[in-house]
Amino acid sequence: MKKINAWLGLTLLVVLVVAPAYFKNYGIHLFTTWLVFIIATMGLNLTVGYAGQKSLGHAAFFGIGAYTVALFLKAGLGFWLALPTGALLCFVVGLIVGFPALRVQTIYLAFATLGFNTAMWLVMRNEEWLTGGTFGINNIARPSLGDLSLDGNLAYYRFVLAMTVLLAALLWAMLRSPWGKAFTALRDNPIRAESLGVDTRAYTLMSFAVGAAYAGVAGGLYASQVQFIDPALFTVGASIMMYLMVVVGGPGYFLGPILGSAVGVILPEWLRFAQGWYLMVFGSAVVLLMIWLPDGLLSIPDRWRARRQSRRASEQRRVAAHSGGVA
Amino acid sequence: MTDFLQLFFSGMATGCIYALAALGFTLLWQASGTINFAQGEFVMLPAFVMVIMLHQGLPLTLAFLLACGVAVLLLGWLFKRGLVDPLFKHGMMPIVVATIGLSIAMRNGVRAGYSSEPQPFPQVFPDVVLNVAGVNVSGSDIGTFVFALCLVLLTQAFLNRTVTGRAMQAVAQNTESAAVLGIDVPRMIFYTFAINAVLAAAAALLVTPTYLAKFDMGESLGTKAFFAAIIGGFNNSRGALLGGLLVGVSENLAAAYISSAYKDAVALVIFMVVILFKPQGLLGRKEERKV
Repeated sequence: MKKINAWLGLTLLVVLVVAPAYFKNYGIHLFTTWLVFIIATMGLNLTVGYAGQKSLGHAAFFGIGAYTVALFLKAGLGFWLALPTGALLCFVVGLIVGFPALRVQTIYLAFATLGFNTAMWLVMRNEEWLTGGTFGINNIARPSLGDLSLDGNLAYYRFVLAMTVLLAALLWAMLRSPWGKAFTALRDNPIRAESLGVDTRAYTLMSFAVGAAYAGVAGGLYASQVQFIDPALFTVGASIMMYLMVVVGGPGYFLGPILGSAVGVILPEWLRFAQGWYLMVFGSAVVLLMIWLPDGLLSIPDRWRARRQSRRASEQRRVAAHSGGVA
Repeated sequence: MTDFLQLFFSGMATGCIYALAALGFTLLWQASGTINFAQGEFVMLPAFVMVIMLHQGLPLTLAFLLACGVAVLLLGWLFKRGLVDPLFKHGMMPIVVATIGLSIAMRNGVRAGYSSEPQPFPQVFPDVVLNVAGVNVSGSDIGTFVFALCLVLLTQAFLNRTVTGRAMQAVAQNTESAAVLGIDVPRMIFYTFAINAVLAAAAALLVTPTYLAKFDMGESLGTKAFFAAIIGGFNNSRGALLGGLLVGVSENLAAAYISSAYKDAVALVIFMVVILFKPQGLLGRKEERKV
């Protein structure tokens, strides 16, 4: 299974590198958006899927990253200063938002983070002196890498792709380290993890902070990509959508966000003919998915394997019982 | 002072509507562990049923009764059989995600299938302004307040005074013991869902004349109801009333005296303070952590 995953990942990467060269501008834009959402939901997958913290405020971090980059660029400070600052800011805010998670869990936490998102959105909408209010911020510049200008859509796409691969590798390394094991221990049984000496407080906060930093980077990249941001992009609805992307793809599966973001970003474009009905179909599909596959689309292979194993085990039991009966 | 009292009373009226939605929310939670993220849409749908009925020329009373019937059938029976029953064994979060999906589906189904424009709705209560000791109170505020309060108290009396109501509470407290005592558990849970549906329809009747019927009207209403329920105490139905009134009144006062732009943050601030200092809510009991 590991091998299949590796091959899948590699094929996908080749497609992502090669295909957009043949796309029109709109296709490139769509793929860039997809990558941006992969980065954001990778972070959310760490918080939700691996560490098991129910966070419904991810779009707020996405927004903080986007506004940081937009405001820095407006102030004449460079993109390469803005992006890490946005990520760092999100990391710190993520730590703070993680604090309620030390006291409350599951649904309370979901509402606390949802509330945080509402608060951030209100600030973005109302503090016109800083954020431009509902008019948003336009003419956000694209960065350049040394002598290499990233102004062109394809160049910017390749830059975002490189960032995605880099951040994915970082997450992969993090999950393979003892840290990653501690995160899953926290999700599976917090009390047992605590009794085994895992500092659950630190890891809870960390899962929020790292997830938030990923969203911050994604937001910063997004601001430069679309060159115009307004508060409508960072509502509670956007957070809920990101959460659904993680859940649909498969929370706690490394490739889950790739599939989930595709469902959230690319699928709506293919289903454009359905117009207003698309979201209704999407919502109903989420309901059906929860009923049949509560662990997400990527749990299908696991489920097949489990079924095969149980069939084999019952076969063996039958044979054993039979031979026992003869002897 | 008169201003303050006026704001206070209209806040009470809004708060009572929040309380209706919040009460249904806590009842569902107690009886079946269901967190219904589509609670706001459960108010929106009966509103549109009534709008359609009124277009057919039906009187408001009949339209409301029909809306209650449709609500019990769709939002009570079908919701329980189609969504909650199959998901119950997986725990809380799959139901949460599924109801999120349901809310998206309902909202956009109404938008695509009926209209994305707000639909006008007739006044339910006489359009008069009463002057009580220098304080102006509108007839619709008084009517809303009295009607909603009566419904909340009626629901509580039903739960506490009747055999069926007490059986429902027994199911909520301990399903297994209730089953051993010969209580028809699935039926009691269905009653809870039916009551939730009727409360939602009533909230629709009260909220729509002011806020109009719109496909996304449930969004803010649902969130306020959640906050109200958690503020008051999730496992206590009296808490829903307290939480609803608290949110409604402080929201109205804050909009006038602090900042109307940040009105929506009021419920949030109270909520944050409550969960940080008393996570079980103002009137709630503490639940133990288990391995």
